[in-house]
This record gives sequence, structure tokens and C-alpha cells, in this order.
Amino acid sequence: MSALGLRRAVDVGMTALAGSAVLLALVPLASVLWLVVSKGAAGLSVAFFTHLPTPVGEPGGGVGNAILGTLYMVGLACLLGLPVGIGAGVFLAERGDGRLGRGVRFVTDVLAGVPSIVVGIVAYGLVVVPMKRFSALAGAFSLALLMIPTLARGSEELVRLVPGALREASLALGVPEWKTSLRVVLRTALGGIVTAVLLAVARAAGETAPLLFTALNNQYWSLRPDQPMASLTVQIFNYAISPYEDWHQKAWTAALVLLMLVGLLNLLARALTRSGLGGRR
Amino acid sequence: MTARAPKIAVEGLHAYFRAAHVLRDVSMVVPELSVTAVIGPSGCGKSTFLRCLNRMHELTPGARMEGTIRLDAHDVHGGDVDPVHLRRRVGMVFQRPNPFPTMSVFANVAAGLRLNGIGGDHGEIVERCLRQAALWDEVKDRLGASALSLSGGQQQRLCIARALAVEPEVVLMDEPASALDPIATAKIEDLIHELKTKYTIVIVTHNMQQAARVSDRTAFFYMGELVEVGPTEQIFTNPKEQRTEDYVTGKFG
Repeated sequence: MSALGLRRAVDVGMTALAGSAVLLALVPLASVLWLVVSKGAAGLSVAFFTHLPTPVGEPGGGVGNAILGTLYMVGLACLLGLPVGIGAGVFLAERGDGRLGRGVRFVTDVLAGVPSIVVGIVAYGLVVVPMKRFSALAGAFSLALLMIPTLARGSEELVRLVPGALREASLALGVPEWKTSLRVVLRTALGGIVTAVLLAVARAAGETAPLLFTALNNQYWSLRPDQPMASLTVQIFNYAISPYEDWHQKAWTAALVLLMLVGLLNLLARALTRSGLGGRR
Repeated sequence: MTARAPKIAVEGLHAYFRAAHVLRDVSMVVPELSVTAVIGPSGCGKSTFLRCLNRMHELTPGARMEGTIRLDAHDVHGGDVDPVHLRRRVGMVFQRPNPFPTMSVFANVAAGLRLNGIGGDHGEIVERCLRQAALWDEVKDRLGASALSLSGGQQQRLCIARALAVEPEVVLMDEPASALDPIATAKIEDLIHELKTKYTIVIVTHNMQQAARVSDRTAFFYMGELVEVGPTEQIFTNPKEQRTEDYVTGKFG
């Protein structure tokens, strides 16, 4: 009886301990959300989403070109990074047990640990210097470099989860191995991979350092990959380090917009995971 | 039974997984349009034997084999034989139902054709294969439903229909009913009787009653060796080898 009482007391104590740890972990998240929403909401308007930035002192204006630029460069980064990242993941899962596979896995792990500012410098050296100008392409290139390792290891894990029985079923039908990998194995893992891609995209959209000296910034609308391009993150950075109160307000509002964008991508990823597309069965 | 032409002739087959020697000097003939059962205790090499016949064995890392296997008198390891083409002629049904989870019932049956780049709407072939697999009446109203919405026994018959759709000459079955309940098992066994009028069937089974019910000939494997092969009735009532008799009468295994 007393042993049972003791167990109950320990149970209550541990539950309280774990519960307070959760609350403690939520404090920073809640304070970030509160700060950004409370300071940023004041500047929200339709114009903020659709207009160009205005010079100092001139009221109004928005970050429309920066929103477009972020979407544009992340899209371009997907075009560059998805085939390489997912392809490497499929290779690692299907053929990754040899020496080449171990090498690729090692390089991927190292690349995943490279700070994003270093990736930015590499993109500067490889793209900006030869092109002799800052460009959206260089920005997308650096974002793609950041996405590739996480995509590769993520899709490797997901492809490995596909039961070997499905691979065998396809091979036994006389389907060549490469087609089996792409049309049966990758297709079965696709739901999970879409989620991994959305999470990688959300991360890339929030990167500032790799864009600072690759895409630079642009005060105007631009869709040209060979020209500098605005992005939400660099715009926030520029607004935040300026000495003007008006621009500080805009930095908060742009941060709120970025937070909504990333949050939307995360919600989409969760919805897809829950729906049939992401489900394992 | 009447003597039939040999469909598959195996001579001096050895199979290995790295250092393990799992099949030793197996020689036997599979007559066409008949059911050959392969029986034996767990780990005796019967599944490996089956997987050698369509060259699935060699896909396992570290696996290799020696000896000759002839399909219609053609060496399946000949330089001119592509294992991918061989597997279209020698289909396989696995122990556990393994329909493609992302595909509908219809798409599963058509998968072998579609994945091999054969166009068309495949409606006729799908219906014929589902009828052959005795599944048509149960699924004809939900061809578009996910293959995973079927019961285990239905899924296994779907896998049989899928194997038939690429028009194989030989169907290998690796314990096709071991994951199923007795009613579903009976359906699969009836189906095997139907299928042998068109296909040559080799079935691995743990279940000796099943071997006795469905097969014309039976091969008994023990410890990687082929102990005895002959007409099923003879193997079960009057085997030549003591070890076969001990196994079929339940003294070991």
C-alpha cells in the first residue's frame, strides 16, 4: 500500500517536472511570437505586400519586391537543389553501401555542418566573382547548397523506410532496377519527401547570411536571374541596422511577414504528412 | 501423370550467401504445365532455390550461384540473357502480399505493363488477370480504390493477378498462403489448380498437406540438398529415402 503511494507521489512529481520543462521551453517561442506580432502588426497593410520600399522619411511603401524575391530565389534554389539532393538521397539509400556511398555520406554530413555565412562566401567566389556582379542566381545557388545536405540525408532515410518487398515485387515483374528505384521506391517515399522539401524550403527562406553578398539587395521589382534581387531577410537586416525609427517599424513588419511565410510552409508540410500523401500506409 | 516436356532443367546448382553454402549440387527437372511443390524444414534452401530460377538470388549483396539452369533448353545465365527479360517470363509471388501501396487495384495489375513502358488502357488485360486470379467479382466495383483497402487474402490474389499480367510462362510462389487464414488459403489453392492449365508453377510451402493437395510433383530439400524429387503421391506414400519418410510423417522438421 505504501509502495503504491510512493509510486503515485513519484508519478505526480515527475509529471509536474516534465510539465514545467515544457512551459519553460515554450517561453522563448511565445515571446518571439509576441514580440514580432505586437511590434509588426502595426505596419501591416495591403500596400506593405504590394508596394516597393520608399526612401527614408517618405511614409508608406512596402516590401513587395522582397517577398517576390524571396519566393523567386527559393524557387530557383529548389530547381537547382532538389534534383541533386533527392538524387543523392536515392543513391545513398539504394547503392550507398560501397566506398563511393560512404564518401558521399561523409561529405554530405560535413556540408550540413558548414555555417551558412561560409556557404555564402563560397557562392560569392564561385558565382559572383566570375559573373562580376551580384545576382539572384548566386543567391539561389547558395540557398541550394544549404538545402542539398539536409535533403539528401532526409530522402535517404525516407527511401530506406520503403519495404524491400516492394522493390522485389517490381523487379520480379521484369522492371529494370533504375526504373524500380524511381517509379516504385521513390514514388512510395514521395509523401515523406515532399514534407522534407517543404521544411528545407522554409529553412532556406529564413536565411540571411548566404544572400548578403550574393543576391545583395534591390530597391525595385526584378525577375532577372543575372541581376541583384531583394529578399525579405536582407531587407529586414537593412531596415534593422538603420538609424531610422520608421525603418525599424518596417523591419518588425517584414519579420512578421517572413514568420507567416515560414509558418505557412510548416503548416502545409504538416497537413501533407497527415493526409494520405504523406502517410506510410 | 503423363510425362510432360521439361520447362526448367536445373543441373549441379550451388548457391552461396558470402561464405555460407546454402544449396549443394541440386539437379532436377520441372515439367511444363504442372505444379511442382518444394518442401523442407526452415532454412533448407527452398526459397533460395526458387529465387535462383528467376535470378532474384543474385540481387542480394554477397549472393552468388554456380551450375546451370535451363528454361526451354536455354541457359538463363547465358551471355545473351538479360535477367530483366527473364523475370518477365518467370514471374514471382511472395510470402507476404506486397501490392504497391501508392497504386489502385487497377494500377497494381497494370503495373508490370506500365512500368515496362507498354502503353494502352490495359482494361482487358486487367479484367482477364483479375478473373484468372479469382478476384474480379470481389473488386470489379472498386478498381480505383487503394490496393491496401483489400483484405490480406485479396491482396495476395491481387499480387497473383499482377504477376500474370506480364504474361509469364512460369510462376514461382514462395509460400503464397503462409500469411493467410484457411479460407483465403483454400482460394489460393483452388486458383493454383486453375492456373496450371496455362502456366508452369513452382510453389515453396511449409505445409505438407498443401503440397499434397496442390502439386503434381514434390521436391524435398534438407540442409541445402535435394533429397528426393518425384510424383507427389510417391513422395508422400512411398518415398525412396528414409529422410523424406521421416519428414513427411512428421518425425522431424
